Amino acid sequence: MSGLARPVAGPIVRPPIAERLAGRRERRRTVDRAWRGLALGATIVAVVPLAAVLLFVAVKGAGALNPDLLTKPPKALGVGGGALNSILGSAQMVALGALLAVPAGILAGVYVAEFAGAQAARVVRFASDVMVGIPSILVGIFVYTILVLPFKQFNAFAGSVALAIIMVPVIARTTEEMLRLVGRELREGSLALGLPTWRTVVSVVIPTGLTGILSGVMLALARAAGETAPLLFTALGSRLVNVGDFGKPMDALPVFIYNGARQPIAALNEQAWGAALLLVLLVLGINVAVRARSWARRAG
Amino acid sequence: MTALSRANLLLARRGPRRADRAFVAGTRISGSLLVATLAAIALQLTISSWPAWVAFGADLMTKTIWDPVREVYGALPFIVGTLASSAIALVLAAPIGILAAIYLAEFAPRRAAPVLTFVIELLAAIPSVVIGLWGLFILAPALQTTVYAWLIGALGWIPIFRGPSFGVGLLTAGIILAIMILPTIVSISREVIAAVPDSQREAMLGLGATRWEAVRKVVLPYARSGIVGAIILGLGRALGETMAVTMVIGNGQDIPTSVFDPAQTIASKIAVTFNEASGGLQTQSLIGIGLILLVMTLLLNVVARLLVGRVTRGPGR
Repeated sequence: MSGLARPVAGPIVRPPIAERLAGRRERRRTVDRAWRGLALGATIVAVVPLAAVLLFVAVKGAGALNPDLLTKPPKALGVGGGALNSILGSAQMVALGALLAVPAGILAGVYVAEFAGAQAARVVRFASDVMVGIPSILVGIFVYTILVLPFKQFNAFAGSVALAIIMVPVIARTTEEMLRLVGRELREGSLALGLPTWRTVVSVVIPTGLTGILSGVMLALARAAGETAPLLFTALGSRLVNVGDFGKPMDALPVFIYNGARQPIAALNEQAWGAALLLVLLVLGINVAVRARSWARRAG
Repeated sequence: MTALSRANLLLARRGPRRADRAFVAGTRISGSLLVATLAAIALQLTISSWPAWVAFGADLMTKTIWDPVREVYGALPFIVGTLASSAIALVLAAPIGILAAIYLAEFAPRRAAPVLTFVIELLAAIPSVVIGLWGLFILAPALQTTVYAWLIGALGWIPIFRGPSFGVGLLTAGIILAIMILPTIVSISREVIAAVPDSQREAMLGLGATRWEAVRKVVLPYARSGIVGAIILGLGRALGETMAVTMVIGNGQDIPTSVFDPAQTIASKIAVTFNEASGGLQTQSLIGIGLILLVMTLLLNVVARLLVGRVTRGPGR
């Protein structure tokens, strides 16, 4: 085939080759520029919702964020008062949840990074990855069936356990990743000095990765503090201030926001905005602080 | 492989062995507990919903009447609502997310890229209920008078765009979901694209390709399965997202026929109804549809992890 000359097809006048190439290059450059512009546009579109949410939460929340909101419980009857019940409730349930989740998560991470065989490590890692993806409302149902139904009583302990289940996989994964970064020499040095394995892990390996692990813990706390769905069927929420009685229902900031938003009462809606501002400050504050630190470390 | 695995442990055995064994056992128990919790969630949802499956079988998924008075439960409207709202979210978020990821990984100025990535990922940290609050009071009314009004005017003759719109509804839920899964899609796609070896780009640029051509012809094909994985992870998140959707989807009980109709997803149906349910068949049926949701998200997560892992770990494995 290649041996055959193509038949000459009449006197078609074509522009010289250089000109044609130049034209094509121009077209390709335009396409390049167009797609770059489109990609930039998409990035802007992706940033806008965050800005919009923050703007409205700040503006509408600032109007509702008064001392009463922080220091008073809701009025027993009618509308008014504050969100003290939910602020204290969130603090308590997140704290107890962390108390359960932090040791369990760190130990699980240590297991995967230090002791587990390849197969076991893969199973645990996979389980935590998958658990992060489980809709949190299903965690709520699960805890409801084991800690609410048998006692016929919504209770704050169940809420804490639900939050703990959400925190554990996050903590386990970060711990594992951080320990992986710890050099082998440190472990060997410690063992060579005659320290037992557990001391090596507790006094040498974990302290080396501690900043990273703490970041993971803080991010897990922030996530738990913002969760509503797992609390609806466990801690339920409550208009009363509950301090320390984990056998009874308890309120939480996200639950307060949800309840305030879904009632067609302007004053309650406004309180919801105030509580939202509080929650966003807390959650974003933790996120920004943690990430800014790890950033500074990477840069410095 | 792992630094203190069995061989090293033997070395350390000279010390107080019992403490070591207890410690290792402790970590193993925590690891097992994590796996056991996952299994227990699946098992418990299955057991608790069993009577509903016995009573209704597949009808629970295929019938459209959910009536606590007559004790018949068919969850098709909620399954449709779940799939439809997630589909809308994907259609909106996938192209924007991938383009943004390309920008961040390939085109953005070196200094700006990490800042923009950080800001977009920050969106994922905002609690769902806050997004819902914003969606309900700000976004939905704004859309209703502008975009929706225009859509109904221009496309209202197509059945799925038939008005009226109440602000809240299926489309608003889809848009809110798109916003919420965008960070997932952007951040994972960006990582996957950044993991494409530079030699691939350089070869292409060396041949005289423009940056976009290099992205289009080399980087994207290389990163494809990882990007698909990122989208599937986003889908998994959309299917199970609860609070924000509950607040903006309008709590409709029927299969939506227009994108402006109020609808309900599995998760939002559970959130709204669970505490009012009387125990018995209604609760069991709700847990039953929860089980469907669990199976869907588990499958998606497994597939997505495999796809993402394949790219970031390199094509060898």
